[in-house]
Amino acid sequence: MVICSLVRIDPRVVQMAQIFSGAANTIARFTLWGFAAAVGLAMWAGAMIVRSPYETRQEEPREQPVPFSHEHHVGGLGIDCRYCHTTVETSSFANLPATKICMNCHSQMWAASPALEPVRESYRTGRSIAWTRVYDLPDFVYFNHSVHVNKGIGCSECHGRVDKMPLTWQAVSLEMQWCLDCHRHPEERVRPQSEVFNMAYVHPRNQAALGRRLVHEYGIQSLTSCSNCHR
Amino acid sequence: MSAPANFVPVSALRPAPEAADRRYWRTLEEYEGRAPGGDEPRQAIDEPPPSEESRRKFLSLMAASFGLSGLTGCTRQPTEFIVPYVDPPEQVIPGRPQFFATAIPLNGLAQGVLVESHLGRPTKVEGNPDHPASLGATDVTSQASLMDLYDPDRAREITLHGDPRSWEAFLRALLVALEPVRARKGEGLRILTETVTSPSLGDRIQAVLAALPSARWHQWGPAGCHSARSGSVLAFGRPVNTYYRLDNADVIVALDSDFLCCGPASTRYARDYSTRRRRGGRVDMNRLYAIESAMTATGGKADHRLPVRYAEVETFAVELAQAVAGQSVAGSHFGQWTSAVARDLLAHSGSCAVIPGEHQSPAVHALAHQINAALGAVGQTVVYTEPLEVRAEDQMASLTDLVRDLDAGTVEVLLILGGNPVYNAPADLDFAHKLPRTAFSAHVALHADETSAQCQWHLPESHFLEDWGDARAFDGTVSIIQPLILPLYESHSYLRILDAILTLPGRSAYEIVREYWTKQKHGADFETWWRKSLHDGFMEASALADIRPALKAANAPSLPPPSSPGALEVVFRPDPYIFDGRFANNIWLEELPRPMTKLTWDNAVMISPATAKRLGIEAQELVELRRGGRSVRGSTWIQPGHPDGSITVHLGFGRTRSGRAGNGAGFSAYLIRTVDALWSAYDLEIHKTGDSYPLASTQMQQWVEGHHPIISGNLDEYRANPNFVKESQETPPRELTIYPHWDYSGYAWGMSIDLTACVNCGACVAACQAENNIAVVGKEQILARRGMHWLRIDTYYQGGDVNPSAYYQPVPCMQCENAPCEYVCPVHATAHSADGLNDMTYNRCVGTRYCSNNCPYKVRRFNFFLFQDWVTDTLKLQRNPDVSVRSRGVMEKCTYCVQRIREAEIHARVDDRFVRDGEIQTACMQACPTQAIVFGDINNLSNRVAQLKSEKLNYALLAELNTRPRTTYLAELRNPNPELGEVSHARG
Repeated sequence: MVICSLVRIDPRVVQMAQIFSGAANTIARFTLWGFAAAVGLAMWAGAMIVRSPYETRQEEPREQPVPFSHEHHVGGLGIDCRYCHTTVETSSFANLPATKICMNCHSQMWAASPALEPVRESYRTGRSIAWTRVYDLPDFVYFNHSVHVNKGIGCSECHGRVDKMPLTWQAVSLEMQWCLDCHRHPEERVRPQSEVFNMAYVHPRNQAALGRRLVHEYGIQSLTSCSNCHR
Repeated sequence: MSAPANFVPVSALRPAPEAADRRYWRTLEEYEGRAPGGDEPRQAIDEPPPSEESRRKFLSLMAASFGLSGLTGCTRQPTEFIVPYVDPPEQVIPGRPQFFATAIPLNGLAQGVLVESHLGRPTKVEGNPDHPASLGATDVTSQASLMDLYDPDRAREITLHGDPRSWEAFLRALLVALEPVRARKGEGLRILTETVTSPSLGDRIQAVLAALPSARWHQWGPAGCHSARSGSVLAFGRPVNTYYRLDNADVIVALDSDFLCCGPASTRYARDYSTRRRRGGRVDMNRLYAIESAMTATGGKADHRLPVRYAEVETFAVELAQAVAGQSVAGSHFGQWTSAVARDLLAHSGSCAVIPGEHQSPAVHALAHQINAALGAVGQTVVYTEPLEVRAEDQMASLTDLVRDLDAGTVEVLLILGGNPVYNAPADLDFAHKLPRTAFSAHVALHADETSAQCQWHLPESHFLEDWGDARAFDGTVSIIQPLILPLYESHSYLRILDAILTLPGRSAYEIVREYWTKQKHGADFETWWRKSLHDGFMEASALADIRPALKAANAPSLPPPSSPGALEVVFRPDPYIFDGRFANNIWLEELPRPMTKLTWDNAVMISPATAKRLGIEAQELVELRRGGRSVRGSTWIQPGHPDGSITVHLGFGRTRSGRAGNGAGFSAYLIRTVDALWSAYDLEIHKTGDSYPLASTQMQQWVEGHHPIISGNLDEYRANPNFVKESQETPPRELTIYPHWDYSGYAWGMSIDLTACVNCGACVAACQAENNIAVVGKEQILARRGMHWLRIDTYYQGGDVNPSAYYQPVPCMQCENAPCEYVCPVHATAHSADGLNDMTYNRCVGTRYCSNNCPYKVRRFNFFLFQDWVTDTLKLQRNPDVSVRSRGVMEKCTYCVQRIREAEIHARVDDRFVRDGEIQTACMQACPTQAIVFGDINNLSNRVAQLKSEKLNYALLAELNTRPRTTYLAELRNPNPELGEVSHARG
């Protein structure tokens, strides 16, 4: 339809009229290739959107029932990750602190703060606080914290500088490609076990050599079989 | 649709037929050469092509859905929440399951189990390795008992005539009704229970009877050990409990007993039997004779099997008793059978056992006691103890008394604690019409069933995973029944209701059970003992002591009057899975293929091929069974190996108020079961109705087309040539494959399945279903060959259709190293793992089904519809959180329980060690009573699985295809008696 409307009919041609001018070829080519390009562009745009932080919710600080600040508790007070995330070394799930763990301190400190009312209410009533999940893997992905933490993968490798987050956000994209980057080359990300819970750890210049040594020492394998994560 | 000119029929591709006597077959059609390999190919060709209209519509819908499917990628992740504990309980680590020991009571008898709990949700039942009835394995009903807990059709509230009431209202009404009864010292109060072995429940009932001495307690279990009880009274003058130590038995004679698959001790018997069978590196085997009135899994497994009519079993027992006593049995009804079996038994005096079937006549039980005593088996292979029941009584007489008093109007208050007598009492008692004649009646049960409908009050019963109790196992060992979850609904235990009669202050079931045991166990260390008993799942040294009851002066056994050969015999048996009907609404059990018939969702009128021909009855024809004015209609199943002139029907089906799954499934054989014919009758008339009724059997499904899946031989053959298995195998060169070479240097997971040990009980299939969140599809879909069980047990017959021997082969995914399914997947949804598993990534699957098409073993299952229930809350509670719940359009299959492998690998890695042998148990391996399935790392030669694979009996299924499967089989060995030689396949 686009083609037809663009065709100019020369009034001087009376017999054996050329319906299409010479330009029609170009237009047709342009249209066909343009259509293909538009489809390709749309697919590319779709792929970009799916991978964009809008979709993955990367770097989006998430509202919580209590405005809990890792920046204050970790960065400021220096509380160890494992004080609250109690099962991170023993289980697939790192665990969120039970209300009782909050109340260990907050029965004394900021005991009357209005911001902490949901915590006190939970403790009073026995009803749990429903925290918004920040790192939410799809249900068909089976991630295990304990093996990563025990094999020299630091918290900040995936969770970023939590000690600088007033409200927690997802620091990385959590796409499968991102998982595989590390699973294919664990030597690039591994650190000494003593540094796993160090938020400020920076990989040294000799990471290539150190990484190879640690991979060997910890018996780290490059696990890329589907069933390592999908069951 | 006509076939093209160059069409090659599938049958032409099949190898040449084998010699007739060694041929394996699955169906009668195949045996008779009518439609080899089931009717699968024929059905596909006969199906009419879809009309043009629907094809066009299909294409346009596909185009639209393809276009729209891209849009689903544009949804943002929904916000989810984490809800931590307020005050975390001790020892709970989120993400890691806990295990608690408890016991499952079935018909009063306990099976010790460990139950897996994820954050307070029981998700899986496993065997308790220390419990004598389990030894780490489970039976089918234990595995499926979870589905009873989460059954959405369970009764949820106390009702009076169907209207909801409170517990307090019930208590008030009960006390008002009891007032006049109390004044008469309990006269008019009746309590009806099932068989009670629970010490604390027995104590509570006795307490009621002590307070109200004129009250009466009745027991009724429709499929209980009536004959065993009466049989021991015949033999010893009093009721005695009998069990067997088959690990000491070299020769076993089953007199119509399916001891390997059915009964409360079958798990233990199967283990002991198979241990003895594989003794000494397979140079020495036990021998099993089965004389039976139906084709059972035990009979199919036997080295010699003799199909006889129910009544003839007694004749055989009489003859055997005579022969064992040294009398001549010339002119025996069973040819050389009696003398050959007797000679074999006598040669193994003290290490042999004769096991009578629970549904055989009391006389057969008495004769078995006599034979066992004559053979010196008592104390060796046959053990007697005091009865397990709190009160061993003739339950038929007990129920008859109750009905007589109901009739006379002398029953004022009737409490029915469990059971379903309206459905399962003998038809001539007419219990349903007599029950409403009481002034006050209450029924306590899991479901508001047929009996509840006839009672005024209905109280939901607590499932054994919801409340405390105790029970005895087959040898008397007591287990505390420990709950894992608070009652899901407003349910109560029997103990509390009995306390209410005594107007005791409201104690919990826990307090009642604990208080009872406090009184039994004096001493300061009660707490230690109690905690240990709870932890272990049973009380130490609580098995009943062996006794040696004296045989009454043995009357000279006389032959029972031979039944008239023309009359048709009917035999009633409990269903192997739904038992007496109590599990009728358990969808896992309904859909689990029955051991020999592979029937699902129905029972059938079992009939032999010859009798069917004589009566002119076709398979799956609706017939009417009539007995003295009573009748029921059922569909026929022609069963190879069934004795002629006899019909077997299974009890438990035809429920009307069991719930959505059980209602209308099958027919109720109780309708023609009467007081004088509890197990068999000889006055059956069978009438054709002209209708047919399809039965959903999986026997013809997932057919490994035209190959030789079973390899078997006799012990003597094996001794003469141990390489006979290898010689019959064709193994192509390793490099003959399009796959690149892969070096399995780390773990290499593999499985070995011993066909000699498999007894076709189905526990592995049930365990697999529970572990892997496998959906139930329903009868229609089974008929359409869309069953979802990842693991199937193929049943093959060999020999004639009169008395074939049977072979069982569990078939999970073979995890081929050269997997044919992998290279046809267009999206890499199925791919190989580094340790040799054939991974299936559900979220990647687009449902082309190419993989299933290319699988020579037919082990892949496709979700044609949304088979999973994504809506019902209670079913969500059951699911294993470590396994994805699959949706519509996704292929699924066995992956050796990869969630368990990866979990164990992670634990080993964290501890800096290798996975130990036996640390990973697949669900099927764990459940298997005979330890036929062994899983492990085949690269490590110290592992059991690697050793089994190096045995000479090891062979791969369809090895000629060079798929290099990781699952391999050990060929079946049988140990026939040379004296009976040829008789094993045909009636002598």
